[in-house]
Amino acid sequence: MNNRAVLFLLPVIVIMSLSAFIPLITVVNYSLHYIFSGSMPQYVGLANYVEVLRDPEFHDALTRQLVFSTMVLAVEIPLGIMIALALPRKGIWASISLVLLGIPLLIPYNVVGIVWRLFTQSDIGVIPKILGFFGYAYNVALDPIDAPLTIFILDVWHWTPLVVLLCYAGLQSIPDAYYQAAQIDGASTWKTFRYVTLPKLRSVLILGVLLRFMDSFKIYSEPLLLTGGGPGSSTTFFSLFVSRKAESYELGYAGSVSMIYLFIVIVFSFVFFQIMTNIGKGGQTK
Amino acid sequence: MRKRHIALICYFVILFIPIYWMINTSFKSDAEILREFTMFPKEITLKNYVEIFTSPVWRNSFINSIIYVTMNVVITLIAAIPGAYAFSRWKFRGSHHLFFWLLTNRMAPGAIFIVPFTELYYTLHLYDTHLAVALAHCLFNIPLAVWILEGFMSGIPKEIDETAFIDGYSFPRFFGKIFFPLVAPGIGVAAFFAFTFSWVELLIAKSLTITDAKPVVVTLTVGIGAEGVKWGLLAAAGVLTIIPGALVVYFVRNYMAKGFALGRV
Repeated sequence: MNNRAVLFLLPVIVIMSLSAFIPLITVVNYSLHYIFSGSMPQYVGLANYVEVLRDPEFHDALTRQLVFSTMVLAVEIPLGIMIALALPRKGIWASISLVLLGIPLLIPYNVVGIVWRLFTQSDIGVIPKILGFFGYAYNVALDPIDAPLTIFILDVWHWTPLVVLLCYAGLQSIPDAYYQAAQIDGASTWKTFRYVTLPKLRSVLILGVLLRFMDSFKIYSEPLLLTGGGPGSSTTFFSLFVSRKAESYELGYAGSVSMIYLFIVIVFSFVFFQIMTNIGKGGQTK
Repeated sequence: MRKRHIALICYFVILFIPIYWMINTSFKSDAEILREFTMFPKEITLKNYVEIFTSPVWRNSFINSIIYVTMNVVITLIAAIPGAYAFSRWKFRGSHHLFFWLLTNRMAPGAIFIVPFTELYYTLHLYDTHLAVALAHCLFNIPLAVWILEGFMSGIPKEIDETAFIDGYSFPRFFGKIFFPLVAPGIGVAAFFAFTFSWVELLIAKSLTITDAKPVVVTLTVGIGAEGVKWGLLAAAGVLTIIPGALVVYFVRNYMAKGFALGRV
């Protein structure tokens, strides 16, 4: 049996080694060296990590990213659940809603950036016009609060449909009998949601939270196109920060930041996954 | 009930205003875009679209994108289907760790992988080919596809496999005749996600190509900044990049509803 499993997993393992493992080892290697273009890399142990952890720029980028990711989860997950609950369950409108929800997900990231640039650009956009009407001088390019807030709203706009689709899938798998039973027991809407719907959505919500958390760390093209990371560094999120360092060929530094990045995301995901799985086990035995 | 529908309609309206704005802009002339603010183009012009369709750069980059996205979906499925089958059917030592390791790859920062990827594909003489981009995108697509498919396959009882083997089915015949149709919705969902990601990804696609395999997302970015931004042209190109995606969603819509409902996703 075991041999067969290995055989079946072989393509996955070969491709993943090529496109994941080898590059990862290279990155680890970078993080342990001082690298300047034109000269031989010099082994420096953990010196890069020390430099990164002491760098106020890194602290800023990390704080900004964590605030952003927390906000993304806090808004997109509840909103996604609510919209999924409101969607029609059957019939033509259900298919139409699904297709419509899928569309924002299929817009290339940089086109999302362009859409929002057209939308928020101070000379041609809709948002500045509307807010200007109410007397608020909105400017995505120059205002250090408008800029990150716009990126945040963009992300909610772009990615809530994914959470909706996942939750919708979860809702579809709950048999009607459960709701009928809850109704007979005289459960309130909230109680039905809390004790029937929510536990059944657990596995899709785990996936939703994990995907949104991981991917919120990856936000790159949108701030790059919309604000270029500015004004100042107010929209330089983590990926943009790393790639700026990599582009300026500070590979040792960028490598260390990447390893720290990966560490944070994996630890969060692992802990979250464990906690949620245990809660699930507790709930099922009841 | 009423309130629910109104809220839902409001949500969809908000969802589509930015997209509408792009479509609106794509039919305007540059002069109109900059001169005045109109909710509907005063005179509809197809100039922007004509410019895209007559330019070989745009045309080629569209074709490039379609080629490597298709390759990526095929490679992803070829690798992920047997892999997911193994995970769903056999629990072997370390299978949990291997599964989690696969997932961690999806978390990896694309940004830092650029330099190692570039070095790797140069060494393999694959740099600036469609295959390079397709393989690189597997980094994110295979883990997700394995996860989705494993969910679907675990939902299919093992007894089905066993019965088929007792009935004298060979493995390939069992897979093709019995198992494949059962997991088809899952494969549809996995293919949808692989397509989506590969189609929208910019960073890696940009760094692995120069001219021969340059994707449309990169051509789009180049348009910004050079000689004043041509908003109308960019908007038209943006609209065109949404169309393949919209077609894919349209075709898999039933699978999506069914697939999402069946799988553990």
